[in-house]
Amino acid sequence: MADTALVTDPAAGTTPAAGEVTIPADELPFDPSLPWQKSASVALRPEPFGALVYHFGNRKLSFLKSQPLVAVVKALGDHPDVPSTLRACDVPEAQHPAYVTALATLSRSQMIEKRSTP
Amino acid sequence: MTAVLPPRAPAQRPTGGKLIDQFEYGLDAPICLTWELTYACNLACAHCLSSSGRRDPRELSTAEAEGVIDELQRMQVFYVNVGGGEPTVRPDFWHLLDYAIGHDVGVKFSTNGVKLNKQRAAQLARTDYVDVQISLDGATAAVNDRVRGTGSYATAITALENLAEAGMNDFKVSVVVTRENAGQLDAFKELTDSFGAQLRITRLRPSGRGADVWDELHPTMAQQKDLYQWLLANGDGVLTGDSFFHLSAFGEALPGLNLCGAGRVVCLIDPVGDVYACPFAIHENFLAGNVRSPGGFQTVWQQSELFADLRNPQTGGACTKCQHFDSCRGGCMAAKFFTGLPLDGPDPECVQGYGETALAARDLELITPKSHIDHSHKGPVRGQPTLLGMPSIPPAKICDESPLAGMDLR
Repeated sequence: MADTALVTDPAAGTTPAAGEVTIPADELPFDPSLPWQKSASVALRPEPFGALVYHFGNRKLSFLKSQPLVAVVKALGDHPDVPSTLRACDVPEAQHPAYVTALATLSRSQMIEKRSTP
Repeated sequence: MTAVLPPRAPAQRPTGGKLIDQFEYGLDAPICLTWELTYACNLACAHCLSSSGRRDPRELSTAEAEGVIDELQRMQVFYVNVGGGEPTVRPDFWHLLDYAIGHDVGVKFSTNGVKLNKQRAAQLARTDYVDVQISLDGATAAVNDRVRGTGSYATAITALENLAEAGMNDFKVSVVVTRENAGQLDAFKELTDSFGAQLRITRLRPSGRGADVWDELHPTMAQQKDLYQWLLANGDGVLTGDSFFHLSAFGEALPGLNLCGAGRVVCLIDPVGDVYACPFAIHENFLAGNVRSPGGFQTVWQQSELFADLRNPQTGGACTKCQHFDSCRGGCMAAKFFTGLPLDGPDPECVQGYGETALAARDLELITPKSHIDHSHKGPVRGQPTLLGMPSIPPAKICDESPLAGMDLR
């Protein structure tokens, strides 16, 4: 399914599951109505199951476990908000909540970032 | 290629599912690549996984090493674990470090600290995208030096002081857990914390010279149980390289990748460019190819028959019938191989006790596999480890022993 399993340091042990990520108190919850984009310091490496995501700044590693989710992350920057991105990528309406959850996880690890221009 | 792996039916990669199941089928490029830059080392640690000591004349040249880095950049291998030997004794080490970082390949390197003077520590502290691990196998000089050699504790501590003083962030103290230091985990944590560093502990494998001391040094079952409890209590702040996944069969899974990543998500490039399935498997049976061959590293990683075999999940063997198979997945391939156990059977340190039984049931005539790669120092080394007894070097002249030797003092 379209979720992400965060792996901060697979070489070295700490692999918090997606649900275990703690949100700092001063951080606002993920807002899908805002414009988002793949972070500038993030690289996507294609893999048979989806993609490996690497953040050169915080050196976190994540995995996108489905090709549609990869397409969504790449397309975020071209659309004004998350719902329109999901529609453009032909994600079935019923799966939108799961994708929003996955993107929220990616925003917490700074793999995607808010975009200033709409 | 000698067929060493248990027969496995080529299987189709599943869609979706757990990430660990995807990893079993391999990745387009490794996540975690170990690159040993040289077999040369100033030390002669009793348990050296790569039997290092002397430089190999066929080691990759600077230009060839740069070529490998270019390839890693193209394959999007975002960081490499550099080791040896002692990587910093390569004269071009600092150049290759800068070259890798300049090509989006981060470097985490392991060192005994011999070259980390104040100047180098300051240089590292200024460099982004580099991680340093100082090897230390005892929280006290007595325990450390017995295995790593006299003076090696002092060298490591000086390096740690220099890094801390230079303001280096997130450097690591890297410990191989042995029977002799297993009781020092809290002391290691305190020592590491005192430098503002992070503790990393990994498993002793019977690889390289480690095979010679494994019987004597590998943790006892009681120590493994204590280690498991300690990891559950302290796991968040301690790195393990996911090397203790065999302990997960005690019950609760440890954080990390509980899977043998050999040839699937990890591999080793050795100093002469040979590519092995994992850093603990320097043996011709696990040799997949060489980066100097046409197509380079990418072709080896993506097309070697050995790696294709490793990317089929194990379906047979005694372990698959065990209720704990999902937790430990049969343990460490290298540990089994170098203790002469079948690869589809239990790990020699299987926490359910099947390993001990398997070790006891080995044929008395069995000669455990030996690597043909050995760069150990041939002569005596300054501060040689005392674990295997003091080196016996016959004195050249009888008066070297004692100025009064041979004199009739009556």
